Amino acid sequence: MIPLSWYLIFAAGLFVTGIFGVLTRRNVIGVLMGVELMLNAVNINLLAFWSYLYPESISGLVFIAIVFVAAAAETAVGLALIISIYRRRHTVYAEEINLLRG
Amino acid sequence: MQTISLLWLSPLPPALAFVLIALFTSHKRGLSHWVALTATSLSWLMSMVVFFQTMGMTNLAQFPLSSSIGWLPLGENWLRIGIHADPLTIVTLFFVAWTILMIFIYSVGYHNYGQPQGDHDVPGLPPHGTSVRDGQGRLHTVLSVEPMYSRFFAFIALFAFGMFTLVVTDNLLVLYMAWEIMGLCSYLLIGFWYAKPAARNAGIKAFMTTRVGDMFMLLGLAALYALTGTLNYQEILNNEIVLGTLAQTLSPVLGLSWAGLIGLLLFAGTVGKSAQFPLHVWLPDAMEGPTPVSAMIHAAAMVSAGVYLAARFFPLLSAGWTPGGALTPPMFWMAVIGSFTALFASTIAVTQNHIKPVLAYSTISQLGFMIAALGIGAYTPAVFHLLTHAFTKALLFLGSGSVIHGMEHGVLHTGQKTDVQDMFNMGGLRQKMPLTFWLFLAGGLSLSSFPLITAGFWSKDEILSDAFNGGYILVFLALATTALLTAFYIMRQITLTFLGSPRSAAASHAGESRWLMTLPLLVLSFFVITAGWSGIPDHFPVLGGLIPNWFGKFVGEMAANHGAGATHHSLTPLFVSLAVSFGGLLLGWLVYRNIKAGEADPLQKHLGVFHGLLSNKYYVDEFYQLAFVRPAWWLAEKFTSLWVDRFVLDGIIDGVGKLALSLGRIFSRRIDLPVITGMGDKLSDGVQDLGAGMRPLQSGRVQQYMILTIVLTLAVGIVFFYLFILA
Amino acid sequence: MTSLQIVFLVVAAVTLFSAGMVVSARKLMHAALFLVLTLMGVAFMFAMLGSGFFAVIQVLVYIGSIAILIIFAVMLTRNMMDSEAEASNRGWQILAPLSLLIFAGIITILSSWHAFTSVRDLSGTAGEDVVALGKALTDPNGFAIPFELASILLVAALAGAIYVAMERKGGRG
Repeated sequence: MIPLSWYLIFAAGLFVTGIFGVLTRRNVIGVLMGVELMLNAVNINLLAFWSYLYPESISGLVFIAIVFVAAAAETAVGLALIISIYRRRHTVYAEEINLLRG
Repeated sequence: MQTISLLWLSPLPPALAFVLIALFTSHKRGLSHWVALTATSLSWLMSMVVFFQTMGMTNLAQFPLSSSIGWLPLGENWLRIGIHADPLTIVTLFFVAWTILMIFIYSVGYHNYGQPQGDHDVPGLPPHGTSVRDGQGRLHTVLSVEPMYSRFFAFIALFAFGMFTLVVTDNLLVLYMAWEIMGLCSYLLIGFWYAKPAARNAGIKAFMTTRVGDMFMLLGLAALYALTGTLNYQEILNNEIVLGTLAQTLSPVLGLSWAGLIGLLLFAGTVGKSAQFPLHVWLPDAMEGPTPVSAMIHAAAMVSAGVYLAARFFPLLSAGWTPGGALTPPMFWMAVIGSFTALFASTIAVTQNHIKPVLAYSTISQLGFMIAALGIGAYTPAVFHLLTHAFTKALLFLGSGSVIHGMEHGVLHTGQKTDVQDMFNMGGLRQKMPLTFWLFLAGGLSLSSFPLITAGFWSKDEILSDAFNGGYILVFLALATTALLTAFYIMRQITLTFLGSPRSAAASHAGESRWLMTLPLLVLSFFVITAGWSGIPDHFPVLGGLIPNWFGKFVGEMAANHGAGATHHSLTPLFVSLAVSFGGLLLGWLVYRNIKAGEADPLQKHLGVFHGLLSNKYYVDEFYQLAFVRPAWWLAEKFTSLWVDRFVLDGIIDGVGKLALSLGRIFSRRIDLPVITGMGDKLSDGVQDLGAGMRPLQSGRVQQYMILTIVLTLAVGIVFFYLFILA
Repeated sequence: MTSLQIVFLVVAAVTLFSAGMVVSARKLMHAALFLVLTLMGVAFMFAMLGSGFFAVIQVLVYIGSIAILIIFAVMLTRNMMDSEAEASNRGWQILAPLSLLIFAGIITILSSWHAFTSVRDLSGTAGEDVVALGKALTDPNGFAIPFELASILLVAALAGAIYVAMERKGGRG
């Protein structure tokens, strides 16, 4: 018998780890990995809520499916951008990609 | 109903033609006149259908065909626009449609369509002719086409639109608009050859003079609307209660009743438009326009409109009058002004040497006839004379145009400078232009009321008869004298122009005009002869009753309520009529049959001082020049321009300018520079500093942005959490 | 402490540890491999939550494609990477406490929620109804429009990715 709180705490931990990765990784691919962690944490939350609170509702599942789609799209575009930036500027470090500096 | 839709549609084709020519076809001469001719033919066709559908109707005066639609909402009620067809409308429509169509056809010939472009013709001047080489290589000078050919047809189509609208409309407001459209068109067409100063001035004169009348008419219109709340003919003129009330209530002016005052004001409009004394001065000057325009103004449209208005509002003008009783003030003044103008203008016509001014003064004189007839209550004869005179004068004007054309042909042929309009340069044109001669003769005889066979006789005789039998002896005498003078001057004109021998080289080489010009003359002459037979009075000796008096019955209905004609009939006016007609014609022929080239007018010898007075038109123009134009100039130049404008107004404006300048300087130094500019500077400096301060935030590094985002989201989230969720 | 709870704790510990390695491993390739492990752990969590279907999808989509894509990207850009260089930027000492603070905040807020500690026996449940999910996704009265929008998003992302990553020959490529 696992309480809902365990899943939520686990998901929060995963989420915060993801944030930390996003904020600290120098390599943009690492940043992308952090984003993936955060998305996974969200998915766990969604599934936990569905499973514990609204098992009859189908909407939660649809939500998760859409998140999967969005994650896949995000990864594809993100990696394409990284490859493109790498090709033109020969760098993958986030702090060197600063064309928009004021 | 079929007739009603046709009446609605009848004015529209010329308006459409005007737009089409002005916008699209102005560069294509042929297309322009085809558009105009098609449009007028359509209007003509519709008018004829309407005429034949309604001519047999009885009680049309009591129950006219009418229909209207709401046009301008005015708070509680509407200004309506609509059509109205009673016998007066139908008869007017008949002659308007015929004369306008004929004038349009004639214009094609008159403006030398199909001739080459002139060598040095310029827009704004009449064409001078051009030189062409024939097959043998000889140089010929021939007539050249009018440079502003399309423009002419556009204007005259608009003119036709105005006239058709004026005839079929059912209320005074639309009539006034159509009236003003015609005023504008007459200005444009009289001044058509605008490079000629005389034409320019004549256009302005026509516009300004008729404006004087129009102003009074507008006042009358406004008063009528204010009193009755409507301008619809049917609601005012066929309504005994309204008419009775208007005739009995006193207006604040000169002790006149309201009907009298409004009648006089509307009559002032007629005076302007139909060129009655003292506003007659514009009509002779209108001769400066092309001849078809003269015909348009004198026969078909402009001056007929004035008489039409008077006839239309006859019930109002005569409100409170019973046959045999005292005339109402408007009728009295119409009788006075009409007879005076008739006599006055005919005496001037006797001494004019140019071919068109004779006809112009003759028009004024004949219009005086009609107005006088209306003034003595002879409604049907007045309308009858309007009809016959329209055909007669259209024929005469177009005929004179043909004569002038023939003379121009002679001038181009001989190369001599000759005044082609001076009758003393003509003579003997009968051999050169036989067709024109016979047709002109028909018109002339009709004008001089040659008995039985001409239309003019029947209408004029009825007017004289009504004047005599009604007991208006002074009117009768004036009109009879006018008739005598009319016969005299028209015979003088015919004799000088066509009979005898040529008095100039141009006249001896004149040529007949094209069929395009003679065909309309032929058609018009048909009506000049036959139109009179539609209205032979029943009491006429021998002939009376042989042909049914259609006109008298049809139009007579209009006046039935107001009593037309006298009860007993005397043969005196008929004999007087015959005597003056034959006498005038004979005199004219006797005096002028043997004029040689260069000889002076024999009248000059007989009349002595009076001749100068007459040939100078009683110095009315000079008087107006002295009494109105000069003072106006003086006022404008010396008083308004120099004193009011330069000194007072400019002084005020300069003062205000200087004041504003010094005020501006104070504002600039005290307020603008320190306060406004300072504030603006501070603001922009602040923004700049802020930007510089915030600049490090824009590091361009995505992770720093993200940190900011998270921190801010957290902060906002915490605030929300504690403020809303926990609270 | 039931066996299920023990299993959960073990899986959670492994997953969180590997997640930590994902964000802190010096070599990116290692991080990518730890990411695979983390995703496996999440798939396991899905299964424990009673959704076998999404566990399978997680393995297929995340591990099977996204993680592999990331590994490809790492390998493609590897020659630029200096294995001796710092993997994290200089802010990490500040950001680590900040992350812990966020974690604490989330837990605090969640713990004040009434359903936070709700318990439910999942062992007997049948899991999700995949047929119903499929029908809901294609039902015009259900989620057909979001579903179609998602497919459009995928196509757009695909086309966009190809366009962005395409190597331009000549021109300003």
